Amino acid sequence: MFRSQVLVCGGTGCTSSNSTKIIEALKEQIREHGLENEVNVVRTGCFGLCALGPIMIVYPEGSFYSMVKVEDVPEIVEEHLLKGRVVTRLLYDETVEKDTVKSLNETQFYAKQQRVALRNCGVINPENIDEYIAFDGYQALAKCLTEYTPQQVVDVVKESGLRGRGGGGFPTGVKWSLAAANQADQKYVCCNADEGDPGAFMDRSVLEGDPHSVIEAMAIAGYAIGASQGYIYVRAEYPIAVHRLEIAIQQAREYGLLGKNIFGTGFDFDLDIRLGAGAFVCGEETALMTSIEGHRGEPRPRPPYPAVKGLFEKPTILNNVETYANIPQIILNGAEWFASIGTEKSKGTKVFALGGKIKHTGLVEVPMGTTLRTIVEEIGGGIPNGKKFKAAQMGGPSGGCVPAQCYDVKIDYDSLIQIGAMMGSGGLIVMDEDTCMVDIAKFFLEFTVDESCGKCTPCRIGIKRLYELLDKITRGNGTMEDLDTIEQLCYYIKDSALCGLGQTAPNPVLSTLRFFRDEYVAHVKDKTCPAGVCKHLIHYEIQEDKCKGCTLCSRVCPAEAISGTVKNPHTIDQSKCLKCGACMEKCKFGAIIKK
Amino acid sequence: MRKSISNLPFKGTAEQEQKLKQVIEAHKDQRGAVMPVLQEAQAIYGYLPIEVQSMIAEGLNVPIEEVYGVSTFYSQFSLSAKGEYNISVCLGTACYVKGSGDILNKLTELLHINPEETTEDGKFSLTACRCIGACGLAPVLTVNDDVYGRLTVDDVEDILKKYQ
Repeated sequence: MFRSQVLVCGGTGCTSSNSTKIIEALKEQIREHGLENEVNVVRTGCFGLCALGPIMIVYPEGSFYSMVKVEDVPEIVEEHLLKGRVVTRLLYDETVEKDTVKSLNETQFYAKQQRVALRNCGVINPENIDEYIAFDGYQALAKCLTEYTPQQVVDVVKESGLRGRGGGGFPTGVKWSLAAANQADQKYVCCNADEGDPGAFMDRSVLEGDPHSVIEAMAIAGYAIGASQGYIYVRAEYPIAVHRLEIAIQQAREYGLLGKNIFGTGFDFDLDIRLGAGAFVCGEETALMTSIEGHRGEPRPRPPYPAVKGLFEKPTILNNVETYANIPQIILNGAEWFASIGTEKSKGTKVFALGGKIKHTGLVEVPMGTTLRTIVEEIGGGIPNGKKFKAAQMGGPSGGCVPAQCYDVKIDYDSLIQIGAMMGSGGLIVMDEDTCMVDIAKFFLEFTVDESCGKCTPCRIGIKRLYELLDKITRGNGTMEDLDTIEQLCYYIKDSALCGLGQTAPNPVLSTLRFFRDEYVAHVKDKTCPAGVCKHLIHYEIQEDKCKGCTLCSRVCPAEAISGTVKNPHTIDQSKCLKCGACMEKCKFGAIIKK
Repeated sequence: MRKSISNLPFKGTAEQEQKLKQVIEAHKDQRGAVMPVLQEAQAIYGYLPIEVQSMIAEGLNVPIEEVYGVSTFYSQFSLSAKGEYNISVCLGTACYVKGSGDILNKLTELLHINPEETTEDGKFSLTACRCIGACGLAPVLTVNDDVYGRLTVDDVEDILKKYQ
């Protein structure tokens, strides 16, 4: 027994800010003080509050240390672990209230969350199967194999109302029943961990923090549809996730939880990992399977659907990481429990990756139906620097922007579709008044142009043309007719592209056109960028009355565009100015303004 | 995605070739072996020159055009040699919104190379990458395995100095 447990986050965010070195230093200090039999150091998955990383939690007190540095470790060990005095200066400020320390779950960030898919992330050591088992791990698999027929498993998942968390929101139980109904000598269970949306990292955190929940769920799916082999297709850009998955699969095999004759029931199931190689289109189900087969990851026309003819032409189901992470809890707690969370048509919880202009960047899991305002203002801590909320981009390159007037919309699959966004995999990027919506739409199109596989014409050429039109507008050369052309082209592409990538690529444009048309018009008619982002439409000016003639700006200007003599107001030669903004940044008197 | 192809001559060693042959042997009977083999080959050589791709095609008994098709499709596969230090700037949404584009521009200016290029002395190469998932630290860049987060344009020069 250890008297104290020190949990250090080993997710990608905290590892990037040096948590590995902190763990090493901790272990060394603990040894030096002879505490190695009293204090245990655990490297966990993501706690969610990535903005405050590296994060360390000391139990039993539950002290939440944030932004810990290697230099802080000796103090923590000596004061807290040896003498029992919490190091208040390193605590996350929201947990400190007058003279008491609040529990983590009472802080704004965690209070409104409900953790189902992330239940073990930041709680257990993901590299130790025993810790997962201690938290009811593999009980759901045992229950399925010994108490349920495959049909009953499918029924439970159906009744729970679980819908695919990867974006589309297709009912998971229906998908399973379709594949179960097809007879074949071999079927496959696949897991989509090719999380390609820029700004989304839910799946990575589940794999890093709780890999066994996905493995267990895939085995349950294998039993339900009659498959003996599974593949996890994971991004090669996630080395920590891949490493922990490998360890987890190996441990599960050693415990007989993967392989032949699981729990002595005669059920066989094994898993392999396939690494993606950086192609966004491989998140589309048919493209992903083509990629596992070893080819260029190009999508195939549907039908035939994967449930009929999928991987290696056999019936296949493909679910997303977060979808799987919900399955063991549904089996253990029952379909009714799960269906009691969320809204009428969207059951359960959803994990969102908060990013962009928000105080608490990180991972949150909330019941379906939570409003965007609650997520951004209460959980996310609002927008820094006193700026105003302008929009949230949801669903990545396939989704759209949710503007301030929809701040109180209850988030579920259907309400988001109604306002032209989509759940996507759960990336949620917050934007403030300094973000130009035309530029953002262009940014996403640049991404899809780059990632289009080139198989079908609407996507390969259509999106490129769309991008060029937006580029023209951001350069101040657009016309009002261009806006109509853009809208028309968007609908053509949506109707005719082969796969999900092309069909949804126009969404960022359509949704910004719908809610921020005035910004487009300002670019076209007034030749201005209201947010001051589009370089071709802004210019810098020196205000004569404020300029002291210190000459600093003329010295930093890379284009030698600023002239003037000492102690006299300077001027900018607009024809030479590169609009880099270096002068404005350096001016100590606030004399340079951007227009 | 545009791929730049190395114009430097291929300088593989016998030891590397030996390793590659073992990899090919291990995957020979596996279905869909081209991608895993290319991934391991890139780990051995650092990139995938055409010479390596033909060895793979021959070893796995698949047409070279199929191997080339796969290697040019995925952005992770590099057909040109990287510098000793590969600098990768994240242009994912979260980083972009926080100004990673300016950081990339600063690097192009300081190194006199464009993204996907290598400096003449072979010291630095520059890439623009998609989200690496460290959005909490945005904007982020990596130099080989070192991660630098919460950056401003002014930090760039100091980071470069560490490797010069």
